[in-house]
Amino acid sequence: MSFNEMLGPDGKVRLPYSKVESWLKQLGPSDIERALRECDARFRRQGITFAVYGDEKASERIIPFDIVPRIFAAQEWRRLSAGIEQRVRAINAFLHDLYHRQEIIRAGRIPEDVIIQNQAFVPEMVGVNPAKGIYAHIMGIDIVRVGDNDFYVLEDNCRTPSGVSYMLEDREAMMHLFPELFAGQRVAPVENYPAMLHKTLEAVAPSSVGNEPVIVVLTPGIHNSAFFEHAFLADEMGVELCEGGDLFVSDGWLYMRTTQAPKRVDVVYRRIDDDFLDPLSFRPDSSLGVPGILDIYRAGRVTLVNAPGTGVADDKSIYTFMPDIIEFYTGEKPLLNNVPTWRCSNPQELKYVDEHLAELVVKEVHGSGGYGMLVGPTSTKSQIETFRAKLLARPSNYIAQPTLALSTVPTFVDAGIAPRHVDLRPFVLSGDQVRITPGGLTRVALKEGSLVVNSSQGGGTKDTWVLED
Amino acid sequence: MRLHVRHTTHFEYNTALVYAVQRFMLTPLGFASQRVESWKITAPGMDKALAYSDGFGNKVHLASLANHQGPMDVVAEGIVESSDAGGLVKGIAEIAPRAVYLRQTPVTAPSEAMLKLATPVATKDTLPFLHQLLKQIHKNVEYRLGTTDNQTTAAQAFANGNGVCQDHTHIFIGITRALRLPSRYVTGYLVTGVGASSTAAHAWAEVFVPDLGWVGFDAANGICPTDNYVRVAAGIDAASVTPIRGSRRGGVAETMTVEVVVEIAQQ
Repeated sequence: MSFNEMLGPDGKVRLPYSKVESWLKQLGPSDIERALRECDARFRRQGITFAVYGDEKASERIIPFDIVPRIFAAQEWRRLSAGIEQRVRAINAFLHDLYHRQEIIRAGRIPEDVIIQNQAFVPEMVGVNPAKGIYAHIMGIDIVRVGDNDFYVLEDNCRTPSGVSYMLEDREAMMHLFPELFAGQRVAPVENYPAMLHKTLEAVAPSSVGNEPVIVVLTPGIHNSAFFEHAFLADEMGVELCEGGDLFVSDGWLYMRTTQAPKRVDVVYRRIDDDFLDPLSFRPDSSLGVPGILDIYRAGRVTLVNAPGTGVADDKSIYTFMPDIIEFYTGEKPLLNNVPTWRCSNPQELKYVDEHLAELVVKEVHGSGGYGMLVGPTSTKSQIETFRAKLLARPSNYIAQPTLALSTVPTFVDAGIAPRHVDLRPFVLSGDQVRITPGGLTRVALKEGSLVVNSSQGGGTKDTWVLED
Repeated sequence: MRLHVRHTTHFEYNTALVYAVQRFMLTPLGFASQRVESWKITAPGMDKALAYSDGFGNKVHLASLANHQGPMDVVAEGIVESSDAGGLVKGIAEIAPRAVYLRQTPVTAPSEAMLKLATPVATKDTLPFLHQLLKQIHKNVEYRLGTTDNQTTAAQAFANGNGVCQDHTHIFIGITRALRLPSRYVTGYLVTGVGASSTAAHAWAEVFVPDLGWVGFDAANGICPTDNYVRVAAGIDAASVTPIRGSRRGGVAETMTVEVVVEIAQQ
């Protein structure tokens, strides 16, 4: 039985939801219809869409937005954010260590090959000293809840996590549609995220730069699934949105083309994957990046956010070591749980996974976006057998985890209001300090019983509230 | 030996270069058995180039230029005094942890056939083993120009039984890394005879031998580097230490010719 976040195990309404529960009760069908219509028009008008890879018909869809908010009490959030901050600090210390002395390998806490042979480890980053020692300036940590006080981290996204624009738009939509809901209770603001992001980016400018560093957002372009978000964030921060061709290296510095003279650039919030960032250092066929930008970065003349090579910290083969990593760098026990994980590269663990496939969630080690995974309990026999063949052909490509009973939140569906499973992606900024958005993006699996919340797999989003004391 | 090196890379285009950025890994470091008496890179944009040291300790330059007409030369030239240390490389500061030199890349990843040469040996027998491996690769893989290119993997070259110094080196380090011996790809120059010139720089491997240190192995020639060698840069594979890597706009139909002259310098 999954934990219902509105109705506790005893069937009583949990405190943070008391206002929303009574509001839901008095909401008539016509109110709901009006809200859904307005939502749809609103998101279409603003062009909030996302692309689904492998879907020929609809290259862009609107993410379904659910009007029932997901709510945390201040006390719950304090505990959760302490765990998140601990994890984020440990990850940045871990990355610094991997690209310097590798104490954690020397100490035998993590096998050498797991790091050194990892595709996401970037040897070009060895010895680089990024400003303030921060590598993963922007992280989106995927967390699920299985009980009142029971949270698990599913994934640490430290490459170029997306979704923050949905968090902001969801809040704006809720405030516009149901202003009465916000009256009489204090919901912690999220709308200052772009300002916090801007502060973080300023704080990590190269130390040689004066007071007002020039910041840009670097996008792969309009065909990227998150292009809307890149444009949105640049706009909100009041900085330029650039493609690779808008930036160039000259006489040892990075510049942006402008209608007047070229302008020096100090900080690049890049939403381009490592491989495509610089054809001189990485994929030579990339036309999305900026030739020479990595050299300028290594010389300390520009800051790249996030740093190249952060992916080694969120790789699924590293995930199983996270409790050790946290202890090694913080000297503390992890505050948030890790999901027990079987590595299919290990023959004994593979044997267990093979025998229990119908109960487990199996994921690709390097996959993301919910593609190429198996959720045993909700799959048909033939789906399981097809997957088994893939797993046995390339065991080292997979990890497996128990199927967690993700918590549910009431959600509008065709039949009315019904519980649906959710996860949470809080966004964490690290620069001069660690800043965590109160709440984050709640993703909801709209299909009954489904545990896959990814938007590419039919998930929706909810506004997420943290109530202030 | 006092060696005079002149490494010229000549570029020609059918149209003017609108813009180009080039990275040079063309600067030798001094260490116990190598003293750099003089060294200079001449290239367009070099006066304002960025210079920095990378994580492997290499001295790197990044030069840019705009609106360049006609051909372009990049010349690295200087005098280096070398002594024979039996291949032993001492006195280069190590920045990267040694484990990084165990990383297999797509071009070094050993095939099953290569792994047959990867016999685990006791620590004290490492050096003799490496000498034997050196001879074996030299024998099995014939030095032949034009049979491989810069994309060829160690596995392919080993299967075909021929290649150039890049392939010999990738094969050597692919096998030694499989034995958990940190190994690096080294670029440099080799004096081949009086008045001789060649169309490419040279490459060889360096392996960290326990209780001894980094030792060079030139599998293309089946020997350890002597005082005939000038060591320039080191990395994890050929692509990571490409002497010149660039990107350009304009400059249609690029042709590149390389001339390397290494001579015993006059006193």
